[in-house]
Amino acid sequence: MHLKDIIELVDGTPLNPEVDMNIKIRGGCGADLMSDVLASIQPKAVLLTGLTNPQVVRTSQIAEIRAIIFVRGKQPQAETLKIATQENMPLITSPFGMFELCGRLHRAGLPSFESHVPTE
Amino acid sequence: MCPPNRTPTEQEVHGRRGRPITDHDANEINRVEELAYDLKVREVMTADVRTANPEMPLSKVLDILRTNRISGLPVVEDDKLVGVLSLEDIVRALQKNDLSAPTGQYMTREAVTVASYESIVEAIRTFTERQLGRLPVIDENQNLVGMITKGDITRGILVALQKDYKIEEVRRYRASHLFEDIISDRTTLVLRYTIKAGDFTQGGQASSYIKRALLRLGADPQITRRCSIAVYEAEMNLIIHTTNGGILKLEVEPHRITMSTSDDGPGMADTEIVFQPGYSTATEHVREMGFGAGMGLVNMKRCVDEIKLESAVGKGSKLVMRIFIPDQTVGVSRNGKNDEPSTNH
Repeated sequence: MHLKDIIELVDGTPLNPEVDMNIKIRGGCGADLMSDVLASIQPKAVLLTGLTNPQVVRTSQIAEIRAIIFVRGKQPQAETLKIATQENMPLITSPFGMFELCGRLHRAGLPSFESHVPTE
Repeated sequence: MCPPNRTPTEQEVHGRRGRPITDHDANEINRVEELAYDLKVREVMTADVRTANPEMPLSKVLDILRTNRISGLPVVEDDKLVGVLSLEDIVRALQKNDLSAPTGQYMTREAVTVASYESIVEAIRTFTERQLGRLPVIDENQNLVGMITKGDITRGILVALQKDYKIEEVRRYRASHLFEDIISDRTTLVLRYTIKAGDFTQGGQASSYIKRALLRLGADPQITRRCSIAVYEAEMNLIIHTTNGGILKLEVEPHRITMSTSDDGPGMADTEIVFQPGYSTATEHVREMGFGAGMGLVNMKRCVDEIKLESAVGKGSKLVMRIFIPDQTVGVSRNGKNDEPSTNH
């Protein structure tokens, strides 16, 4: 799914439109715990999160996430925006909450890129 | 006689649109696909184009087509595109023996165009939908600025791919030959980073550098990913839990990668409990930033082949993690340990 289509689906506002938004997103992940992101996600996903600190961008970079959507209209800290732009990571803010956003994207056919926790 | 038995072609099986693209294919064609969106029409079009004007007699246009071996011309009046004239239009005029007529009388008005600032994927779409071979390119003011053909697109993509390939390839070539070009009994590349306690703003930068370095050294993407996640968690631990920060060190050898951190305190009494999922001593402040869920060391352990933690209260901690690379070259393949369950979509 193209990032442009995703932005439309979530009523999103790109926060650093100078970075390349012409990218493809293969799946999604919603998390506020960065360790969860690192533990469970596969590359080329979009991350839905309520966190706005610079670590979100760094974590995303390490986890090979392609774009970040902030839930509930949150605005990132200035430093977050700076690092994201520098690292070519698209940031988008959406007025909707986490559940609504996950639902919208999943319904539109975006698969979950969160891997299951192995049952022991 | 019966026709020989042969496997039907993909087009026969799946029709003109071809077979549905699987995830595997999508992975393969990804860069080209990306380029279809990255490259703009103006970057691949032919800017220096022949044009006709509406008053020009058709015989003259035919001459231009013939000498340039092309099959159509955009028709321009005061820089604005007013139509296109193709060989087909000329044939219509020929049937009426009317080659002296002005171009304006036979040209196709309302030509299908593509804008110079669009991605080439837009042009590809138009080519396919309208079954056309060439399109006039116009700018924001509807002025004709060039022509684009399917050939231009193919050439543009090939050039871009080659450029991409060259830049990263040169860097990668230089870096990945390090271990072959420098001869010793045991060559190790050591990268050291000083990590400051509490410095959340810079947090993760060292891991970013490490990731880039490993890819340039030619490490397998899967190994790079495992390594990056492990050092990132370790780097965050230095930032979150140490008194004075510490040193993050990466040692790359052809057969293994060693990641280690060392700090001078506060240290911990129990080095086993910290491996329990969910065990955490992180403050509320740290948790608010999305860390401190008690998964750090669990994650690290999952990503590496060997992990060793030594610590003493009041003295500090030392963490050593190793990933082994089986066939003596940095990267290439992994040793069976997988940090991701199979794709579940």
